[in-house]
Amino acid sequence: MAQSLDRLRESPSQTAGPYVHIGLTPNFCGIGDVYPSDLGAAMVNDKTKGERIKLHIRVLDGTGTPLKDALIEIWQADAEGLYNSPAELRGAADPNFSGWGRCPTDMETGLCAFETVKPGRVPFRDGRLMAPHITLWIVARGINIGLHTRLYFSDEEEANAGDPILARIEHRVRVPTLIAARQGDTYIFDVHLQGEKETVFFDS
Amino acid sequence: MPESGSNRVPETGAFFQRDRTWHPPALTPGYKSSVLRSPRKALLSFDNTLSEISGPVFGHAMLGELDNDLIHNFARPGESAIGERIIVHGRVIDERGVGVPGVLLEFWQANAGGRYRHKKDGYLAPLDPNFGGCGRTLSGEDGGYAFRTVKPGPYPWPNGPNDWRPAHIHFSVFGHGFAQRLITQMYFEGDPLIWKCPIVRGIADKAAIEALTAVLDTQATIPMDALAYKFDIVLRGRRSSLFENRLEGN
Repeated sequence: MAQSLDRLRESPSQTAGPYVHIGLTPNFCGIGDVYPSDLGAAMVNDKTKGERIKLHIRVLDGTGTPLKDALIEIWQADAEGLYNSPAELRGAADPNFSGWGRCPTDMETGLCAFETVKPGRVPFRDGRLMAPHITLWIVARGINIGLHTRLYFSDEEEANAGDPILARIEHRVRVPTLIAARQGDTYIFDVHLQGEKETVFFDS
Repeated sequence: MPESGSNRVPETGAFFQRDRTWHPPALTPGYKSSVLRSPRKALLSFDNTLSEISGPVFGHAMLGELDNDLIHNFARPGESAIGERIIVHGRVIDERGVGVPGVLLEFWQANAGGRYRHKKDGYLAPLDPNFGGCGRTLSGEDGGYAFRTVKPGPYPWPNGPNDWRPAHIHFSVFGHGFAQRLITQMYFEGDPLIWKCPIVRGIADKAAIEALTAVLDTQATIPMDALAYKFDIVLRGRRSSLFENRLEGN
């Protein structure tokens, strides 16, 4: 027998279930007074640098029905393309921007609305710049393991055309599933879990 | 930037690939809601970029004094939640066995009778006026964490005609990178409902189910106060960055 690799195995994922709000956004579901506010509800303040934008995101199931019990977290670089994270070694990110946000889908409409700034470009592993993007992580009842995807911007056509991740999508007809449509200062992004317009999800 | 007072060098290597045969797959038809909520196309695989390697950091300043005490954080002054008083403790470690310090853990659960404080939960078991069901804490320097709560009760749910969830506590864990983000559920040693549950059975490997089952830990029990369960959480490990291209290019 050869030696053992002696590594542990990741804790297996389980669904967040329909009551995810109790733990992650208790104020949203009427459990006040435990935390002063829901974590991730505000990403920007008056001093945050960059172009203010809004994201309107929905998550739709295989019948096209919006999920009303999902929760979305986003993670992104600041306007200069720096992450507010210890793993960011290129410089200090904007101290007035968290880079991370959390929003449950509205229980009536299924809409998640984020107020953030448009991210700058971040280098790919080989140093080429990726197009501006926001990483999404989606959990809900019926989703056994959190789904990762990215939101790119419709007004960044040139950068999107050179993006190393978008370039890896073999079926080019699926690329638009990752591109949010600009309307004024708002980007509209529908995540399709399943079906003809199924969003590209990542294993990374 | 590292938290003040820490001399920890941030790790910037890519994470080990996820073993998606160990995790439950997206489509587990026995768990009916997964049928319309599971992607049918293949995932797009790529090695982590800085967008996945980096992740948010949370500091102690955000924590309230009772955030890790579900027995008291919703209770009226001088009162406490009803149920079996327990301590849940363990470590957040990665696949290399290394403690993962300074990460946020959030937990939520039903009360002792299996009722959630949520308007969508219509189960006839009553709410406990002194129990909210949410808590949070940060892992310590060795990855250790602990919180107090009451043991949740099992509850019925509309899946099959007579499906009951085992007693469980939901966990949400951040690592040091967004690609480590994990939500899971903790079960209790010896609960016969574990092996009947369609959500649990979405996991194919018995050893993986056992990895989600907390063990009674009498050494951590506080006599005349609370029993204890130990639950370790393993996050994705990281590759060494020694042989990696520098992210900013060579």
